[in-house]
Amino acid sequence: MAETGAGSQPRITLAVARQKRISRTTPPLPPQPPSPILQPVILDVEKFILRERPFWDELAELLRLQENQPDRRPPLEEAKRFYYLYQRTSSDLVKLKTFAGEAETTRFLERLVARSYSRLHEDGGEKVPFRPWRWLTRTFPATFRRHWIAFALSCGTFWIGAAFGAGALQLDYKSKADFIPPQFSHLNEKPSKRVEREEKQDFDAFQGRHAFSAQLMTHNTKVTIMTMVTGFLWGIFTFILLFYNGTLIGVVMFDYLSDGQGVFLTAWLLPHGSFELPAIFIGGQAGLVIARTMFGWGTNLRLRERFARIRGDLLTLIGGAALLLIWAGIIESFLSQYHDPRFYPWKIGLGAVQLTSLILYLTLGGRRPRHPREAL
Amino acid sequence: MLGKTTTLSIRTPEGVHFEIPIASPFSRCLALAVDVAIVIALTILLIQVINLFGVMFSEVPVLGKVFSDFSTGAMIVLQFTVSIGYGMSTEWLWSGRTLGKRIMRLRVIDERGLSLSLKQVIIRNLFRFLDMLPSTFYLLGGISCALTKRCQRLGDIAAGTLVVREVDSTPPVLEEFVRAEKNSFATLPHLEARLRQRTSPEEARLVLDAVTRRNDLTPSARLELFSRLADHFRSIAEFPEEITIGLSDEQYVRNVAATLFHRASV
Repeated sequence: MAETGAGSQPRITLAVARQKRISRTTPPLPPQPPSPILQPVILDVEKFILRERPFWDELAELLRLQENQPDRRPPLEEAKRFYYLYQRTSSDLVKLKTFAGEAETTRFLERLVARSYSRLHEDGGEKVPFRPWRWLTRTFPATFRRHWIAFALSCGTFWIGAAFGAGALQLDYKSKADFIPPQFSHLNEKPSKRVEREEKQDFDAFQGRHAFSAQLMTHNTKVTIMTMVTGFLWGIFTFILLFYNGTLIGVVMFDYLSDGQGVFLTAWLLPHGSFELPAIFIGGQAGLVIARTMFGWGTNLRLRERFARIRGDLLTLIGGAALLLIWAGIIESFLSQYHDPRFYPWKIGLGAVQLTSLILYLTLGGRRPRHPREAL
Repeated sequence: MLGKTTTLSIRTPEGVHFEIPIASPFSRCLALAVDVAIVIALTILLIQVINLFGVMFSEVPVLGKVFSDFSTGAMIVLQFTVSIGYGMSTEWLWSGRTLGKRIMRLRVIDERGLSLSLKQVIIRNLFRFLDMLPSTFYLLGGISCALTKRCQRLGDIAAGTLVVREVDSTPPVLEEFVRAEKNSFATLPHLEARLRQRTSPEEARLVLDAVTRRNDLTPSARLELFSRLADHFRSIAEFPEEITIGLSDEQYVRNVAATLFHRASV
């Protein structure tokens, strides 16, 4: 028999508190026999664990299944069961924290609830299956156009850099070596000499060409990624990178054009450059979108919310740039570096077709046809 | 370090509150070191495989010539692909864990406690290029980690992610902790009832924690803790001397735990 004498501490449970609230508005009740609710509320942890453990184990097993196959879509029955188990385990956690507070089991349940919570409440957009054709024909060009100002700024900065490089070379030709980075030191050679040497080489002279192309491809991919991620530093370094790379192109273009090697230059750069340069501009575009997000102009959202909004667009832009770079890499590896004059018209023609197609794709691709009434 | 938070607190729509411990910069550095070593090893392995093919084809007239140059290009591309793709693929396939993070028991999660999306995985790994500046010293990432409340590098901020510590998720077998080998209090059920009546849930929680975690304590701390707990429980419900004689403080507290937790009262 439990002692309920004056020396014992009063236990206030929810039920007692509720009774007290009621007593303020209603006449006092006659003395009641002690209710079992007034007993100290301490959980029989062992019994509790024995009873609930099968449910926790089942939830852990379902979680393991889902975590091992991130793309798996569970059947409806399994999803319902998962939700039930999650709710039951959540309730167990609350019970354990309130009444027993046993540290190890509480930690175990917290972990289980945390993992289940992350599966249940994950971003709904992720479950929409990725449709490559739709992405290619609609999402990418539409996203590109949505941020066209950023693209214009990126492109403009690059060509201002190119004009600067060309202008600098016109003023002081000897400064050419200062502009060319060490890994491209072969560009220091006089263009006409290089053209003469390259045009004499056989078509099957493989040595070094693929390696050089691979080097260029990885370099350009790094430049594209860097122009994007440096947008995080409020866009300053994105502008610097675009300007610097523009300067290099400006120097090379001026050098070849002033030496009368315009045809060689076009046949060399246009086939891959028609995709490679736009890819870098798109990287810069993504960087400037990030910079705008950092400044947060025109919105009261917090930084993390602003980033959450642009994440999809960033990925689309960088995905599009990556595709362009892959194609540019293939062309550069297998076509651009072969300098047989017989192929110049074909190479220039291909480059022109590619560039025109890309412009048309990015400006017109994915536009929905206007309603006849709208057209009127 | 500005007002660091060591845990990520989450309150679910169901009203459940739980906390996830955030990884320390030191454990993240160790995980990174392991991952870098793996990337280097993987690259060397791939280069060796390509070289092996090169040796095999070297005698073939045209193919050998093509392959020798093509393989050099392939090595450059592979090296780049492995360095950028390792983090992305492992974090996506293993729910936010690279091999280094697995070893260090870390995991990347969404900063709201949700699981990682592919977008987040790609963005946080692309931002590595920025975090590792200057060169590959991870200075920017390190500064960001030191300055942000939840130890996030720039990639984590952009992707909305956090690196957390994995906690042991195996429930302990409570029976051995809670059930005293011989609970001498059980012979006096009325006194046991008094003990239950006078013990608050907070005190019960304290007893259970002390019993289940007693092996983590140093001997002196263990003696002191159980001595204080035993004194406290002696003061709220006194058991006769013939029951408690020769009973150590720790055994006394274990008897209290057995009395409190072997009774279904909910």
